[in-house]
Amino acid sequence: MRDALDGLPALANAEPWLIDRGRFLEVTFLCAVGPASYLIHIHRGRLEAVEKGPFVQPRWTFALSASEAAWREFWQPVPRPGCHDLIAMLKTRQLRLEGDQHPFMANLRYFKELLALPRAAVAGV
Amino acid sequence: MNTESGPRFEPAVGRYLNLEVAGTPHRIYVEEAGQGIALLCLHTAGSDGRQYRGLMNDDALTQRFRVIAFDLPWHGKSSPPAGWQTGAYRLTSDAYLATILAVVDALRLDRPICLGCSIGGRIVLHLALAHARRFRALIGLESAAHADAYYDLDWLHRPDVHGGEVCGAMVSGLIAPTAPLAERWETIWHYMQGGPGVFKGDLYFYTADGDVRDRVAEIDTGACPLYLLTGEYDYSCTPADTLELARRIKGAKVVIMEKLGHFPMSEEPARFLGYLRPLLQEIEDAGR
Repeated sequence: MRDALDGLPALANAEPWLIDRGRFLEVTFLCAVGPASYLIHIHRGRLEAVEKGPFVQPRWTFALSASEAAWREFWQPVPRPGCHDLIAMLKTRQLRLEGDQHPFMANLRYFKELLALPRAAVAGV
Repeated sequence: MNTESGPRFEPAVGRYLNLEVAGTPHRIYVEEAGQGIALLCLHTAGSDGRQYRGLMNDDALTQRFRVIAFDLPWHGKSSPPAGWQTGAYRLTSDAYLATILAVVDALRLDRPICLGCSIGGRIVLHLALAHARRFRALIGLESAAHADAYYDLDWLHRPDVHGGEVCGAMVSGLIAPTAPLAERWETIWHYMQGGPGVFKGDLYFYTADGDVRDRVAEIDTGACPLYLLTGEYDYSCTPADTLELARRIKGAKVVIMEKLGHFPMSEEPARFLGYLRPLLQEIEDAGR
């Protein structure tokens, strides 16, 4: 399940509407899946690269961290209540958001849609 | 398509209502469909009466009920009051109550059923406390005595974040993942169309001014029946919040709705109607 993020560039860059939605976005964010961490580099809405940790000196604008179990549930085709949405996971204290939140909030739909993309891949849709 | 049968209008008709609330003139948009017992519907924070389109388009419902929804001032097609440009919008319990009662009076509704969702689900608790005998029954959707803000509400209204985009994205997760896509995105669109700061201003009532935790035990369901319905995917007003509220109100009837979230009447009207119809039947049968 950790590898859900390895496949993210292929999923995201195949969605022209998502890239267009993120066309003003230049950011690197860290996504932690339990003990594993990933740096996700976005340039004009495209996923340029996903680097897999561990990192010695990672640089990122904001970070999203949750347990492996929480992400696994989030990536189910129909997740259970509380794990079905990033803000729901924040409210239920399963997701931690750190750093400069401005790019995340200003592009909230982009990040919600981006991080939900592995759902369809998991479901085989 | 048969064009000779004429335009395919939906049954709802809308008009602008002029009235005063606490001495301030308002221009309020009111929509209604059907005949029978008045069912006054209150929209959620940051949205408008379009959330009730599914009820107004349901023939079985409108044959027996006059379904009415108005847009709160600042919302939908209701204007903000003259002079709004130098003030900040914040919904208070007093203003919300006064607006609802002014609409009931202006429309000369005789003991309507009042159904409200989210902030509407909160204000029906205030109605139950202060004006129970003016209503045949009260129905709170996604209703809790209080809600804590779980994110910094300033994100909803600041010049460097698009208000429509962030409000829409913020509430999208409150819709059950099983909701039909068209209804899901219609529901989100209403949020995207809200005026600057209006959703945030409504949440002042939801997270601060409208707190009735210390009074809900005083609600007399003998004076007016109270129904509480909450969707299982609602993380703003959770099923646990509503169950706790129901536990504190003697005689309140509670239903947790599967595969629905914070906007049951709008995100999947057909599923919601499956929960609403038996309650309305009960209210109708009581004949109060």
